Amino acid sequence: MLTPSLLPVLPEIILLVAACTVLLVDAFLPDGQRHVGFWLTQLALFAGSWATLTTFEPEPVLALGALFIDDMLSDLLKFFSYFVVSLMLFYSRAYLTARGLFRGETFVLTLFSLLGMMVMISANSFLTLYLGLELQALSLYAMVAMHRTSNDASEAAMKYFVLGALASGMLLYGMSMVYGATGSLDLHRIAQAVLGGAGNRVILVFGLVFVVSGIAFKLGAAPYHMWLPDVYHGAPTAVTLLIGTAPKLAAFAFMLRLLGVALSGLEFDWQGMLMVLSLMSMILGNVIAIAQSNIKRMLAYSTIANMGFMLLGFLAANLNGYSAAMFYVVAYVITSLASFGVVLLLSREGFEADRIDDFRGLNQRSPWWAFVMLLVMFSLAGIPPTVGFYAKFSVLEAAVNAGFTWLAVVAVLASVIGAFYYLRIVKLMYFDDAVDAEPIDARLDNRVLLSVNGLALLLFGILPQPLMGLCVVALLQSGFL
Amino acid sequence: MPYLSLAIWVPIVAGIVVLAVGRDRDPGVARWIALFGALSGLLVTLPLWLHFDSGTSSMQFVEIADWVPRFDIHYFLGVDGISMLFVLLNSLMTLLVVWAGWEVIEKRVAQYMAAFLIQSGLINGAFAALDAILFYAFFEAMLIPMYLIIGVWGGPNRVYAAVKFFLYTLLGSLLMLVGFIYLYNVSETFSLLEWYQLPLSLGVQLLLFVAFFLSFAVKVPMWPVHTWLPDAHVEAPTGGSVILAAITLKIGAYGFIRFILPILPDASRYLSGFVITLSLVAVVYIGFVALMQSDMKKLIAYSSISHMGFVTLGLFLFSQLGVEGALVQMISHGFVSAAMFLCVGVMYDRMHSRLIEDYGGVVNTMPKFAAFMMLFAMANAGLPATSGFVGEFLVIVAAVKASFWLGFAAATTLILGSAYTLWMYKRVIFGEVANERVRQLADVTRREFWLLATLAALVLAMGVYPKPFIDVMHASVADLLAHVAQSKL
Repeated sequence: MLTPSLLPVLPEIILLVAACTVLLVDAFLPDGQRHVGFWLTQLALFAGSWATLTTFEPEPVLALGALFIDDMLSDLLKFFSYFVVSLMLFYSRAYLTARGLFRGETFVLTLFSLLGMMVMISANSFLTLYLGLELQALSLYAMVAMHRTSNDASEAAMKYFVLGALASGMLLYGMSMVYGATGSLDLHRIAQAVLGGAGNRVILVFGLVFVVSGIAFKLGAAPYHMWLPDVYHGAPTAVTLLIGTAPKLAAFAFMLRLLGVALSGLEFDWQGMLMVLSLMSMILGNVIAIAQSNIKRMLAYSTIANMGFMLLGFLAANLNGYSAAMFYVVAYVITSLASFGVVLLLSREGFEADRIDDFRGLNQRSPWWAFVMLLVMFSLAGIPPTVGFYAKFSVLEAAVNAGFTWLAVVAVLASVIGAFYYLRIVKLMYFDDAVDAEPIDARLDNRVLLSVNGLALLLFGILPQPLMGLCVVALLQSGFL
Repeated sequence: MPYLSLAIWVPIVAGIVVLAVGRDRDPGVARWIALFGALSGLLVTLPLWLHFDSGTSSMQFVEIADWVPRFDIHYFLGVDGISMLFVLLNSLMTLLVVWAGWEVIEKRVAQYMAAFLIQSGLINGAFAALDAILFYAFFEAMLIPMYLIIGVWGGPNRVYAAVKFFLYTLLGSLLMLVGFIYLYNVSETFSLLEWYQLPLSLGVQLLLFVAFFLSFAVKVPMWPVHTWLPDAHVEAPTGGSVILAAITLKIGAYGFIRFILPILPDASRYLSGFVITLSLVAVVYIGFVALMQSDMKKLIAYSSISHMGFVTLGLFLFSQLGVEGALVQMISHGFVSAAMFLCVGVMYDRMHSRLIEDYGGVVNTMPKFAAFMMLFAMANAGLPATSGFVGEFLVIVAAVKASFWLGFAAATTLILGSAYTLWMYKRVIFGEVANERVRQLADVTRREFWLLATLAALVLAMGVYPKPFIDVMHASVADLLAHVAQSKL
C-alpha cells in the first residue's frame, strides 16, 4: 500500500530534528552543562522509540514514493537500535568525560549515524540503501577521529575512511550493474525482474559479486575484515562500542534487503559466495584472535568470527535461516554491548583497560563484574545457559536444515578454537591474582544498566523463545516465507 | 510433587544464595548455608527412591512443559531405573564434598561451595533430561563450574588442566550437537523417547555414532582420549576430583546407555568389537600405567580409567549381566573412587604432598585412617564383600559367556587392580615411619572420620547385599537390551 503520509517516516524525522536541536543547543552551553545535550539525546531516542511504537502497523507500508518501507522487521530492528545507542551513551559517559569527548559533537554524530542506520533498515530502493549507509559511515569515520590527540585514533580513522570509501565504491558499482540489467532501483521491482528472467545474467552475477563484497566489508567478514581490528583498537572505546553493536543490526537489514529481497533470484549464486565468506571468517577470526593481547583487537577478531556464524544462518536463504541469523545478530549485539560496557567500566582517566592483562584478578577486585564478563565470554563461546548458545544453535540448525551439515561441522570445530581465547579471559579474571588494586567505581545508572545487560545474557539463554519468536514473526510479517 | 525439578533447582538456588550471602571475611555463613542446601538437595531426591516402581521400564516422575516451541524443545524430565540411581549418587556426593571442603578450603569459600552446588543441580539435570537439547544444555553448562573449580582452587599446573578439560569436552560435545540437530531434522523432535523408535540407515547411524562416541568417550574417558583426566584429577582440589571421578565420568557412560545404544543399535552392534577392544586396552594397558605412577592422585586417576574400561566393556557385551554389571560398577566406582580421593585428600591436607615416596609407615601415626584406607583399597582391587567385586564379577561372567579369551583379558584387571592399589597402599601406609613429618601426623578428625565411615558403610552394604540396586535397574536394562536387539534399518 502506498501512502502519501509522512507518518511512517516520523521516527527518522524526530531524530533528524533532535540532532539539529542538540547541535544548536550545545553551541550555547557552558562546559559544565554538557549533560543537557546528553539528556536531550536520550530524550530523542525515547521519542524515537515512542514514535516507532505508536506508528506500528503489522503490514508493510511504503512511503516517499516507495523509497522507504516501514514493516515489522524494520520496526523491530530500529527498536533494538535505539536501545543499543541509549545504553552505549550511558556506558560511555564517564569515559567520554574523562577524555574531554563528552560534547555536543559526540551526541550529534551518534544521532546522525543512528539516523543513517535507520534509513538503511527501512530502505526499499538502492538509492536509500546507499544514502543510509553513507550517512552512517561518515558519522562513524568522524567519531573515530574525534579523539584528535591520539595517533592511534587518527590512523584508525584514516584507514576506516579509505577502505570504507573503497567498499562503498564497489557496492555502488555492483548496484549500477544490477540497475543496468534490470532497469530499476526499487528492490521489489528488481526482484521481479530477476525472477522473471529479465536482464543479462552475466551482468547480474557480475554486479552481485561487487554487492556481496560491499556487504562483506560492512559486516567485517573475511577477507574484507582488514579495517576492523585497527578501527576497534584505535577508536576511543566508546566509539568502538558503537561500531561494534548497532551497525551490525543495520548491516543485517541491509544484507537482507539486498540479497534476501532484491537478488533473491540469484540465491544459488550468493549462497556459494556467502559460504566462502562464512568459512573464512569463522576460521580466520577465531585463529587470529588467539594471538591478540589487546582486548579490543581480540573482540574485533571475535566479531569477524561471529559474523561468519551469522552468515552461516543467512546462507540457508529461507525463513528459518534469516530468522536464525537475525536472532544471532541480536544476541551478538547484546553480548557485545556488555563486553565493551565492562571494558569502559574498568577504564578511568589516563587508563584504557584495553590490554587483556588488565582483566587479571578481576574476581578479587569485583566478583560481580567478573561474573558479568564471565557471562559475556561464555555467551560469545556459545556455552549454555547463555544466549550465545541458542544463537549458535539456531544458525547451526538452519545450516543443517538447508543441507549444509559439513559447514555446521566446520563451524563447531572453529568455535572450539574460539573457546580457547574466551576461556583465557575467564582464566585471567578468576585464576590469577590482581595486579591493579584501584577500586572500580561508576555511576549508579551505569552499574544498574550494565548488570541488567549482563543478566539479560542469562535470561535470554534460559528463555530464548520470546526473542526467537519475535524474529520469526517480524520476518513473516515483512513478507519473508 | 515435581521431585526431579526440585532435585535440579534446589541445589542451584542454594548455590545462588550462597554466592549472594557469603562473604570472604566470614566464611562460616557460606559453609552452613551450603551444607543446608546440599542436605536439602539430597532430601528432595529421596522420594525418587522411595516412590520408585521397579516393575516398569517406562520413565517415572515425568515432567513435561514447552521450553522453546520454535524448535519443539521441551523441558522434559523423567528417570528410569538407570538414571534414578545416579541422581541419588550425585546428590549424596555433593553433600560429602561440601562437608569435605569444610575447613580445608579457606580461599573464596562462598564461590567454592556455590560452584559445587550449582554443578550438582546441573548434573542432576543431565541425568533426568529426556529432551536432547535440555540434556545438552545441562551437559555443557556443568563444564563452567568444573572449569572454575579446577582453575581457582587447583594445584600448581591448574590452568593447563582446566583449559584442557574444557576444550576436550567441548570438542566432543559440539559434534554431538550437530548430531542432535541432524536427528531433529529427520524426526522433527528432540524427544529421546521418540528417537528410540526412529528408523535410520546404517551409514547415518555410523556417522552419528562417531559424533556421539567422541563426546561420551572423552567424558568416560576411554583410551586414547583419556589424557585430560590424569591432569584434571591431579590439579583439581579434593572435592573436584571426587565429583569428577564419582559423577562426571559416569555421565559419559550414561550417554552410551541413554543415547548411543538405543538410538543407534545397528551401529552399536556393528562397532561393538571396536569399542570392546578400546575397553580392553583401557583395562590392561592403563592398568600397567597405573602401576608405574609415583603420584597417588594420578594413580587413582589411571585406576579410574581402567575401571571405566570395564564399564564400557560390560555395556557393549549386550547382555543383561554385562549391562547390570557395568551399572553396578559405575555406582560402586562412584563410592570407591570418591573415598580414595578423600583419603589422598586427608593425607595431602597434612603433608601437602601427593607423592608416594614422601610417605611410609602412616599406619603408625594414623591407625584409624589406615583401616579405612585399607577397606577402600580392597574395594578398588575388587575384593569380595566390597562393592567393587560385584560389578567386576558380573562383567567378567558376561565376558566369559561371550568368549573365553575376552573374559580372560578382562579378568587380568583383578590382578592388575590389586597390584597397583595394594602396592601403593603398602608403600604409603606400612613399613617404618619414613620421615619426621609422617611421625607428626595426627589421625583423622571427627569430620573426616564420619565422612569416610559413610562411604565405608555404603561400600560394604553394596558389596554384601547388592540386590536392591540390581532390582531397581532390572526392568530398565531389559528394556534397553530390547531396543539394542531391534534393528532400525
